[in-house]
Amino acid sequence: MTAITTRGLRKVYPIAASRRRGGGASFGPPGAGGFPPAALYGARELVALDGLDLDVGSGEFFGLLGPNGAGKTTTIGILTTRVLASAGRASVAGADVINDPVAVRARIGVVPQRANPDRGLNVLENLVFHSAYFGLARGEATRRAMLLLGQFGMQDKAHEKVDALSGGQQQRLMIARALIHEPDVIFLDEPTVGLDPQARLALWDVLRDLHRQGRTIVMTTHYMEEAEQLCDRLAIIDRGKLLALDTTASLKAKAPGGTLIELDLDGPADDAAVRARGIQHVTKADAVGDALRVHSDAGGRIISAVIEAAESAGRHVRNIALKEPSLETLFIELTGRTLD
Amino acid sequence: MTATAPVIPTPVRASTVFLALLHRDIRVASKELPFFLLRTIMQPVLFLIVFGFLLPKMGFVRGGYQTALLPGILAVSLALSAIQSVALPMVQDFGWTKEIEDRLLAPVSTQVIAAEKIVAGVIQGIISAVVVLPIARLIMGPIPNLTFGHIGDVLIITVLGATAFSALGMWLGTGIAPQQIGLMFSAIVAPMMFFGCAYYPWRGLDAVPVMKYLVLINPLVYVAEGMRGALTPEVPHMPLPVAMGALLVISTLFWVAGFRSFRKRAIG
Repeated sequence: MTAITTRGLRKVYPIAASRRRGGGASFGPPGAGGFPPAALYGARELVALDGLDLDVGSGEFFGLLGPNGAGKTTTIGILTTRVLASAGRASVAGADVINDPVAVRARIGVVPQRANPDRGLNVLENLVFHSAYFGLARGEATRRAMLLLGQFGMQDKAHEKVDALSGGQQQRLMIARALIHEPDVIFLDEPTVGLDPQARLALWDVLRDLHRQGRTIVMTTHYMEEAEQLCDRLAIIDRGKLLALDTTASLKAKAPGGTLIELDLDGPADDAAVRARGIQHVTKADAVGDALRVHSDAGGRIISAVIEAAESAGRHVRNIALKEPSLETLFIELTGRTLD
Repeated sequence: MTATAPVIPTPVRASTVFLALLHRDIRVASKELPFFLLRTIMQPVLFLIVFGFLLPKMGFVRGGYQTALLPGILAVSLALSAIQSVALPMVQDFGWTKEIEDRLLAPVSTQVIAAEKIVAGVIQGIISAVVVLPIARLIMGPIPNLTFGHIGDVLIITVLGATAFSALGMWLGTGIAPQQIGLMFSAIVAPMMFFGCAYYPWRGLDAVPVMKYLVLINPLVYVAEGMRGALTPEVPHMPLPVAMGALLVISTLFWVAGFRSFRKRAIG
């Protein structure tokens, strides 16, 4: 069973119009804050999504991984009917997002990047009124709400104002809200941004539980660890394009072999890269601007040789980082940039 | 449509969602009723005290003025309340808090959500006018020539007027940036209140012909004059059908503009 299909999904924002609007993370039209630097150089439009093809199976925990401005939030925006695609098709839970957005909305639950509870209502009312928008009777809504609050350890908060909740509790309230009408597909946009480590781990447990119950979950993140820990399959996207799509394990296996030694130099690294390639145990060496990226099959033992190579090219080393093969090294390999 | 899942008809009726949304707005408004009333009736009440009580006591205005003032004060209360009830939450929700997103995810077309907001604004506008009426009577004393004989006309003007200003609130609230909200009040709402023939009858502008025709672009003129026609027909006023017709046209225009602007903000 396919829960989500997209074909040739494309989204172009006219920049002048987009910039007029306020920023802030939401599923609505993104503000200028979310745009990559290209938007600042006088370009008239911004291609946020450039022909995205995805298939997400029922019951799958699917991750969209990419840096800020990669097109993750736009993708979620289109799939949750809050953003109109410029071209292409998409269907969610059997309904077409463009021709039948109302049917899509009836079958999805959405957890926003920044908690946006209804501050005019208390915690319980947030859940009960949201249920009412989906046609649930008050008694049943209250029963489900108390059950969810209990599951998330918040039953004593039912009659509190939402402002009295911590960031982690507000985010759990958002998840409860997304679940209360029992949607087929749940979307989470960077759900753990801004949470402290403890709250993040607690949220992971909640998400793992949901996955075990057989729900289809689509989550965006720019945290590698989060993607590795939670997702069955991952799509790595950048600048609106799909760069890789596979199970988490297969993607990790595709990561370039060996340790990645990354040096920040005080100037272009091209010459240093040429010299580094001559060092024993170096499998690959690339220059990306002022950064020298060397892959080593002997771990960090060759660091001094790499530094010498850089210095013999007339450069000074400002910073050194070692990275074991991981989704992150794969990501750097694919996009030429780091996730944050 | 994909062939992989059966297409289930949407089980929730739009009217059910509409009522749930309205219930939410009534619940939130009732929680902050004192603030709502302070915000919307303060200005008309202050005006009543100065122009309906102090000035007549001092002998600066003639006796009949109170009769002309009362319908205008009701119109101002109605308009201020309707416009604010919609514009303020719109500016906040779309510009900053994004709170409205949980309602935008409701399984109903965006128009229904916008329509509910306008209806909620109409209700709040009517409540303000109803609250101001006895206060006006209290401040100004008995008002000569006030009649409730044409209650049907009063209702029509009230609903049309509240609709026009509620829809205008949606248009403005979805069209301006949060930091411009002060500007909205000083540059749009305040002139509308002062040149809306609320504090003086339109026919009184016979003395200033340019003004008399210029103010016709102001929707408040038709609410105030319509109220005069229905509540104090003795005061010279614009013919009621003209006021009603104009309000109908204006409401429709603002409704369309408000809808379009709302949709633009709701869906990128």
